[in-house]
Amino acid sequence: METTVITTEPGLAPVVSHGPGVMDALPAFGFTTAAYVVSAVLFILSLGGLSGQESAKRAIWYGIVGMALAVVATLFGPGLGNWWLSLVMIAIGGAVGYVLATRVQMTEMPQLVAAMHSLVGLAAVFIGLNAQIELGRVIRARLNGVTDIFDGFAAVLAHKTPAEIAMLKVEVALGVFIGAVTFTGSVVAYGKLAGKIDGKPRKLPGGHMLNLGAAIASLLLTILYVTGIGPAMLWLLLLVLIACFIGWHLIMGIGGADMPVVVSMLNSYSGWAAAMIGFTLSNDLLIVTGALVGSSGAILSYIMCRAMNRSFVSVILGGFGGETGPAMEIEGEQVAIDAEGVAAALNEADSVIIVPGYGMAVAQAQQSVSELTRKLRAAGKEVRFAIHPVAGRLPGHMNVLLAEAKVPYDIVMEMDEINDDFPSTDVVIVIGSNDIVNPAAQEDPNSPIAGMPVLEVWKAKHVFVSKRGQGTGYSGIENPLFYKENTRMFYGDAKKSLDALLPLID
Amino acid sequence: MRIGALKESFDGEARVAVTPSSAGHLQKLGHEVHVESGAGARSGFSDAAYERAGVTVHPNAAALIEAVDVVAKVRPPSDAEMGQMREGQTLISFLYPGQNAELLEAARTRGVNAIAMDMVPRISRAQKMDALSSMANIAGYRAVIEAANNFGRFFTGQVTAAGKVPPAKVLIVGAGVAGLAAIGAATSLGAQVYAFDVRPEVAEQIESMGAEFVYLDFAEEQTDGAATGGYAAPSSPEFREAQLKKFRELAPEMDIVITTALIPGRPAPKLWTEDMVAAMKPGSVIVDLAAERGGNCDLTVPDEKIVTENGVTIIGYTDFPSRMGAQASELYGNNIRHMLADLTPGKDGTVVHNMEDDVIRGATVTKDGDVTWPPPPPKVQAIAAQKPKEKPKELTPEERRAKEQADFRAQTRSQITMLGAGAVLMLLIGLFAPASFLSHFIVFVLACFIGFSVIWNVAHSLHTPLMAITNAISSIVILGALLQIGSGSAWVVILGALAVLMTAVNIFGGFLVTRRMLAMFQKS
Repeated sequence: METTVITTEPGLAPVVSHGPGVMDALPAFGFTTAAYVVSAVLFILSLGGLSGQESAKRAIWYGIVGMALAVVATLFGPGLGNWWLSLVMIAIGGAVGYVLATRVQMTEMPQLVAAMHSLVGLAAVFIGLNAQIELGRVIRARLNGVTDIFDGFAAVLAHKTPAEIAMLKVEVALGVFIGAVTFTGSVVAYGKLAGKIDGKPRKLPGGHMLNLGAAIASLLLTILYVTGIGPAMLWLLLLVLIACFIGWHLIMGIGGADMPVVVSMLNSYSGWAAAMIGFTLSNDLLIVTGALVGSSGAILSYIMCRAMNRSFVSVILGGFGGETGPAMEIEGEQVAIDAEGVAAALNEADSVIIVPGYGMAVAQAQQSVSELTRKLRAAGKEVRFAIHPVAGRLPGHMNVLLAEAKVPYDIVMEMDEINDDFPSTDVVIVIGSNDIVNPAAQEDPNSPIAGMPVLEVWKAKHVFVSKRGQGTGYSGIENPLFYKENTRMFYGDAKKSLDALLPLID
Repeated sequence: MRIGALKESFDGEARVAVTPSSAGHLQKLGHEVHVESGAGARSGFSDAAYERAGVTVHPNAAALIEAVDVVAKVRPPSDAEMGQMREGQTLISFLYPGQNAELLEAARTRGVNAIAMDMVPRISRAQKMDALSSMANIAGYRAVIEAANNFGRFFTGQVTAAGKVPPAKVLIVGAGVAGLAAIGAATSLGAQVYAFDVRPEVAEQIESMGAEFVYLDFAEEQTDGAATGGYAAPSSPEFREAQLKKFRELAPEMDIVITTALIPGRPAPKLWTEDMVAAMKPGSVIVDLAAERGGNCDLTVPDEKIVTENGVTIIGYTDFPSRMGAQASELYGNNIRHMLADLTPGKDGTVVHNMEDDVIRGATVTKDGDVTWPPPPPKVQAIAAQKPKEKPKELTPEERRAKEQADFRAQTRSQITMLGAGAVLMLLIGLFAPASFLSHFIVFVLACFIGFSVIWNVAHSLHTPLMAITNAISSIVILGALLQIGSGSAWVVILGALAVLMTAVNIFGGFLVTRRMLAMFQKS
């Protein structure tokens, strides 16, 4: 099929003589390409190894070796100049990265991940801009009749046909656009997760129409840029600015509890941006890696959305869906209980399930939770954890926090694994979660979260809810769980409450 | 406010309205607590124990009533006690306003504000002060103990060297609070327990306690128990007949029968007739918890234990809670303190008799010289109406197969549509894009497929490490920057260097933090 296309199009005839890849214009440097193949395989193995906790410890080394191989092969490969500058920059960056990675608190992981996404996005923008600068130089040189004085990337460009250059411009525009959206989006996500920006959804007047207008403007600018009308560099810079605006405005409009989706979406975007850069540079390793990361983030977003029973679009466009009707009235009273009461119930219980949420991370209560778990397990009780897919602000956030506090991972269960066990459980302790244990999702068809899969904690014999106060939490949805007859409210800061509880457990 | 508990004047009553431990809680609410000397003696609380809890002990009833603002009692006050009360004083006790019109009148003329613990509405919020339930719980438990005391055999079945002992068969009639408590106690003793109730919706509760629900084969639509505030309603004559027929069937098999059937505001229904008693085995025991209201059994004599001619013991005591004075006082004392906690919203020792509050309004029977009984219906419904759950329709095998086939077809159709659309898109790209692009594009599409299949297998608990490692890996764009940094243009070098710096941060940070996280995951 492809060959037909090539032969029927006269303008493309010279293309046939060019092989793909960076090697186009350079002396055969088989070593580099081979290294890239190995790197790509190692990356795939590295992601595949994350299927289990034990194999993951090996998988991380595949990733590290793959990355080292790719970088070294490039450094020693063809078309590289400014060797020393590269090394210095890598050394500085590496030092910063080392400090960040060793100092970060596990509760701050969401912020760190978001911050890192922004760096990938910005790097993609810079590389895209560079491609345009080089392209400009090549085109100017061509007009002057000189062709072969370039090295490195510019040399590759110099050998492109007009059709390829048009394609290249599309790739540059896409890469720069996605990169810029990722950059500002991640910066806003970072601000919200770190509490530096108010977590509430906020939009400029005009709302999504503004986003739509910006998207149309970007499309126009891309067309102008690709067709080569007017100053190309100006169009590209304007495109970056508009994309930055879209990223900022889009994420500002999304609330704190939807952050798991946002962060995985930005993760996905950073991958797609890398893939686009790969197309621009005709580098298959970048394309493969970008595609891997892009699909990984896309799957994570999908899992998160499914766990909230909402469509991806509705999460990204912000806020909960329209009003569907009056919510069911809740009867009863939130009955408070003190540490002695909880301790008495725990001492009598045989099986305990703990449901952690973002509140646990906020209160930094994971160590106390772990201590409680140890004491209860030492007393011969069955203790397990139930993790809802969207608990916390990052996919798998709770697992990491519990792992940090040395809770063994084989008692940390997913929602589907443990949901059927609640009726035979004596005590459930809910720590800082709200919507993910809200029975309204199943009982009240008018509830904004109707149909969302939730942990059925209310089926247990006793439920204790550790919560700061009587508020409704992020989504503003009343939680009938708190009013159930077998529920007792254990008010107060999660860490302080648990610490008060610990000495009472025997 | 000063709160005082009287010594119960009723003969044989062991309970007391305030215990040393509930006194402590009352003091936290800002109240001063007083008791009459000897009030707790029969429940095992000495005057000294009260004094240790900071309670003032008065020598007699008159002195106590004189000294306090709120009088707490268990049984309705005697005329003498009522006679000593003064205007503006508050009385909290069981009052049974339906049966005690004169008492209400006396309270009204004396200007006493009376709160009836038996009138606390049955809503979730008021459960903590629902003294009827806490007393019924004790009665149910004690009924089983009394039955065991008078039953000459084991409750639990045993196989001993000396021979086999079958388990006792216990029938509980009426699965209210008392009935459920009796079920719990009897199953704990190891008996085989059957339970009956006119409200079919309690079948689930009965079974959850470990008893077997006795089903009636009766077609009539039964009344929804929730409509009457969670209590049983009188049943139709046909239903009654069906019920008695079932009991006649069961009577010869049962060793113990505990009846707890009461209908609010009516004499107890006669459910265990003379001929049923006659049909029972000698040595069997009947405990009639409804004895005070005439008894569920024809032969019950209130307050007495009798043995029939065929050797069946019938226990008609009416003072089961009082027989467990210490426990009953503990729970009743807690009910009283919860009531006072609701009456003292500021926790500052000031009683606010808020007649807007459903619970307080419902329980108040006289206030400021007016009889306020019966109360208006509460604003909050007693118990959520139990709607019949719709069972998912059972599909026949053919229907299921047809459905599966339809699903399969729909799936195939959507997949073919997707593939078709994808193919058309590819062709369009192929028509316009240069060949060098297409060769990369193939790599891209294949990598996406690999990515999807690999990522689906990632453990859910490792999603955070996954994000961190993909972060590090996506910084592979460093290659682009490295290739560009050797350019002749200063701008390119600067931007390239910055890009290298940022991606290096990411690569090192991403991998290191992933490693840190993964090292934390430990097996137990």
